[in-house]
Formats: sequence, C-alpha cells, structure tokens
Amino acid sequence: MMTVFERPKSLTSAKTHYCPGCTHGIIHRLVAEVIDELGVREKTIGVSPVGCSVLAYNYFNLDMQQAAHGRAPAVATGIKRVHPDKVVFTYQGDGDLASIGTAEIIHAATRGEKFTTIFVNNAIYGMTGGQMAPTTLLEQVSQTSPQGRDPLTQGYPIRMSEMLATIDGAAFIARVSVHNPQEVAKAKKAIKKAFELQLAGKGFTMVEVLSTCPTNWGFTPKEALKWLSEKMIPVYPLGVKKLLEEGGF
Amino acid sequence: MLKVEFEEDRCKGCELCADACPKHIIIMAEHLNSMGFHPAVVLEQEKCISCGFCARMCPDVVITVRKEEKANGQSALEGK
Amino acid sequence: MGKVLLKGNEALAEAAVRAGCRFFFGYPITPQNEIPHYLAKRLPEVGGVFVQAESEIAAINMVYGAAGSGARVMTSSSGPGISLKQEGISYIAGAELPCVIVNMQRGGPGLGGIQPAQSDYFQAVKGGGHGDYRMLVLAPATIQEMVDLMGKAFALADEYRNPVMILGDGILGQMMEAVELPPEDQQLEIPSKPWATTGAEGRSPNLINSLFLDPLELEKHNLHLQDKYERMNKEVMWENYKTDDAELLLVGYGSAARVAKAVVDQGRERGIKVGLFRPITLFPFPKDALQKASSHANNVLTVEMSSGQLVEDVRYNLEFKVPVHYYGRVGGMVPAARDVLAEVERLVNLKREGKES
Repeated sequence: MMTVFERPKSLTSAKTHYCPGCTHGIIHRLVAEVIDELGVREKTIGVSPVGCSVLAYNYFNLDMQQAAHGRAPAVATGIKRVHPDKVVFTYQGDGDLASIGTAEIIHAATRGEKFTTIFVNNAIYGMTGGQMAPTTLLEQVSQTSPQGRDPLTQGYPIRMSEMLATIDGAAFIARVSVHNPQEVAKAKKAIKKAFELQLAGKGFTMVEVLSTCPTNWGFTPKEALKWLSEKMIPVYPLGVKKLLEEGGF
Repeated sequence: MLKVEFEEDRCKGCELCADACPKHIIIMAEHLNSMGFHPAVVLEQEKCISCGFCARMCPDVVITVRKEEKANGQSALEGK
Repeated sequence: MGKVLLKGNEALAEAAVRAGCRFFFGYPITPQNEIPHYLAKRLPEVGGVFVQAESEIAAINMVYGAAGSGARVMTSSSGPGISLKQEGISYIAGAELPCVIVNMQRGGPGLGGIQPAQSDYFQAVKGGGHGDYRMLVLAPATIQEMVDLMGKAFALADEYRNPVMILGDGILGQMMEAVELPPEDQQLEIPSKPWATTGAEGRSPNLINSLFLDPLELEKHNLHLQDKYERMNKEVMWENYKTDDAELLLVGYGSAARVAKAVVDQGRERGIKVGLFRPITLFPFPKDALQKASSHANNVLTVEMSSGQLVEDVRYNLEFKVPVHYYGRVGGMVPAARDVLAEVERLVNLKREGKES
C-alpha cells in the first residue's frame, strides 16, 4: 500500500493544546505541507504571535521566533533583512494582525517585505477568552459585546485583505476558508502560491484564512464550520484580492 | 496495513472527519481515549476509498491514509 | 590615524559601523536624527541594511528579529520613543538577545522638549519595561568616549546576550569634538551564535522566545538572568577626578559631569577640596569605586539634569554613610557651573560651621 497522507516533516509530533475542532490545526498542517513540498524546511524561519497560536513554535519543526503582540511583521522584517535568502513567515490571529498590529502589517506590505503572512481570522479573541475582535461580525455576541456588536459604538468588521490589496508592495493577497475538504485544498493552493512568490522575490504575500473558534462562538466544531460558511463568507468574500503577475521586485 | 489509520490518543473527538467522509464510515467510539475524548474510528476499512478528506479536515494529524496500488502501478487518487 | 571633527550623533553612528553593526532600524525623533540620516547613507556602503520603521515600536521589534537571527544590530531614539520600546526591550532581555539601544535624552515627561536632559535614568537602569531584567547601561561624557564605548557595547551585548543601552543626551548628540575613530578594517572578534535562527539545516530547530508558562520554569529562567546581571558586575567603569583628598564629592554622568568637572577645578581654586566621581556604567553601578572615592568626603552632591534620579542610587550605594545632596535642573535646562559651585560652597560652609547639612 502507498501512503497518501501522513504527518508533514515540518510539523513536530507534539499534540496541540488547541480546542477540539479548532482550525488552527488544519492551517498549521497546510503551512507545513507547503514547506515540505517546496523543500525549504531547513531554510525557513517562522514567527509566532500572541494568541492561541503563541505555542506554534512547539508544533512547527522549524527555527522559530516568538513575537510581541502584533509585532510579528516587524520581527519578520528583521529576520528577512538579515537572511534574505531564507524563507520567513508570520502566523497571526485577528487580534494580533487587525488590532494591535495594524501598523506593522500595513508597513511590511508597504515596504514590500519579502515574507509571507498567514492571517487566521476567526472573528474573535480566542486565547484571552472570547472578546470582540475588529473582525467580529455585526450582532455577534462576545465577552466585550454582550449585546451583540453594535456599529454605533463598536464600528464595523474590518476587511484586511481588501485593504492590503491596495498596497503596491503586496504581491499576493488572498482570502480562503477551511470549512470543507474542497476549501481546504484551495487554501493550501493559495498558501503555496504565497510562498512561491516569496521565493521569487516578488514582495509581500498574505493568505487570510477564515477560521472557527468553536469554544468562544459557543458551537460544536461542526456547527462552527457551518457558521463560518454561512455567516462569515458573506462579510469576508473568498478569492484572490491581489496578484502581481508581472514585475514586482 | 490499514487504509485509514487513526492514532487514537491524538484524537479530540471533534467529528470533523466523520462529517467530511463521503462514505460515512467514520464513527465516534463508545470508549474514551487517554485524553478523555470519544475517538474517531473506522470499522469498515473495506469501504474506504482513500480520498483523504478525513485527514484533510483533521486538525490533529490523527489520521494516516493509504491506498492500494493498482496492478499497473498507477495511483487511483489525485494529489491531496 | 588622525583625528576628525565629528558631530556626536554621527561619530556614534560611524563607530557602530566600525564595530560590525550592519543593521539599523529606527524612527525619526529629535535630537538623534543624525544617526538614522548618517546610517541611511553609510550602511549600504558596507553591505548593511537601513530601515526607517513605521514607529519606535516596530523598530525595536525589527531589532529583536535581527538580533535573534544572529546579527549585530542597533536602534536609537529619545525619551518618548524609548518609552514606546519598553515592551520590546523586555522581550529582548527575556529572550536573551544582543543589541545596542541609544537614548539621546531630552526633556520630559510627555512630549517635553528637545533640549538635553538626564531624566530617563530610572527608565534605563531600573528596567523601564516590565519584569525582572536589566540593561547594561553606558554613559559617555565625551564624543571620543561615545566612539570607544560603542565598540565595547556590541562586544558586551554579544558576550552577555543582553541589550546594552548607550545613555547620552542632546548635548552629546549635537556637539562636535575631535575624535579618533578605530580603523575601518579593524579585526573584530564576534562570537559565534549557534542559538540564532538561521534555518535549521543539519541541526534541530532553534527557538527565540521569552514565554515560560510553567512558573517553575520561568523562575529558573529569571534566576539565570539574575545570575547574568551579577556576573556583569565585573564590567563596571568609572572615572575619578581629584577624589583622593576630596572633602566634597560631586557625582554626575554624561554632560552634567562635564559641568561638574569644571566645578571641581573652580572649587579648588577657592580652597575647597572638591572631587568628581563619574560613573561610566550606570548599570552595573560602580558601588565599590564610589565608596572608595567618597572615603574622605563629608558631603556628596549629585549634579544631574533631572529632578533627582542618580541621587537615589548614590544614596543607596553609599549606604547612607555620608550625607548625599542633589543639585539639578530639569526640563531641558543645563546646570551652570557657577550655580553648582554656589551649592558646593553652601554645603561646605555649613559643614565648616558645624551645622548639619
């Protein structure tokens, strides 16, 4: 018999601390599969954020740096400028990237820093216990929007991929989902494209992955995937928002 | 060798694999694993088509998927 | 080699390059802007990298990434920007990364002013950021000293895997003095950094991290850091100026020490045995040397451009064996020698009249 699926080398065998059904596990694995397929495990350096995935450094079998909340793109800039021949990626949640770290991600894209960002958007703050995120949907209940997000006092969900796609230094910005096997396959393709464009030196690349947080949404993992596809996708449409075909750096 | 093999003690009982299986052969076991979850199992191995959807959806790398090679050595399955 | 006339900020920048620094991440703020200006031109000449970051926060995190990747890297700023960097500095100390951080102090608090000050002393030597950590803090008083200490700074940072701060002020940054630079091609002994993230080729992965969720682990890590700071004690540096027979000891660092030095000579002309103890490392503080310098003194007077920060460490390190007083100007004002001298005379006269001072 031939093995058609097994654990990628770029993942350690550690059991993760993530909740049952949390899509971090899927996304970690996709990144690891891509790194394996591109054959770059020994020249990749990852940056883990503050958030549920702070411990990503235990799960990726790579050189890793843990970064302050929101600052991963700055840390990645430091790493890539020192080692321009290496592959560098950040892995960030929506609090990290779209709240405290908005300046850092915008300016990394503006400077065309040649690293890849995996942006895990689950419309809530997971690790700290379910507070509202900038990406939380209108009327979505959270610990800091207990009556549901009210646009009058708490604004509207922010679409980072569309915003970053307006930046010239960005070579590839895409939004994907992982709510069924077909979307998972598409997500992997986008992640692979992002890393390939990094290797080609085209500029900043980012894949926003719509994700679930069953625990803080108050759903079972299956229900959470359903909520993602029915409620999140209309607000965060999937697709490639920017692709630099020609030119770039 | 099994076509689809579950490393029971990694499973958190999230059921995403069971939901994704097009042949509906994944069930959640009665017993609890060492972490206290009902692990996913496949009893009807012969019905597995090695599509890998379960492994694709599994957040915990619980599942290894294999397929029987055809006589002419060609794979029956497209890449994941 | 001859001497060249250089502005402090530029001398410091060139000295960094000659000490092997090839990466600078910073943000504009007065009075240190000549440092990024100079390095923006100079670093590409030596195959280095200059990045103007979007903020001081981003800059210090770029330093973290670069330092974790094994490079000699620095940033520079002034008061408000250094405040922004505090979390990043705490991370750098916690992850045990080497780097050099320059603070050209200006008047505060808040936006303050752009004139020189020494009111970031506490922030520099007591931590500034959260947690039990220290920076090794160097306080030059001349541009030549800035140049010399820059080389030491990178070496100390690498040796101890710790952030090193050069605590200057607006005067030192803006003034011009003749300096001798180290040779451009000087041999540098940069230690290997097997812990750095360079891509895990042929080895197990490296991790740059300051998170230890298990409190026993974190305690162990903290004790290891404290042990390091204890070992740093051997790096103390100071200058004694006419302290052997001093009845009144002035204590000051940086630009304030230059004023104090003049006061020593002026005081002696008036028959007062004044001396100056000038710490060059502010952390570790040269406690033994200070105690020795004050062994004949019946009064100690700190001279500083703050509301009284250095004075606390002087009192603490003298263990209250001698009365310690403070003279200072704040908000960007520089103490005038005649005013310091007047205070010296007042204290000396009180003592001679047998009155408590």
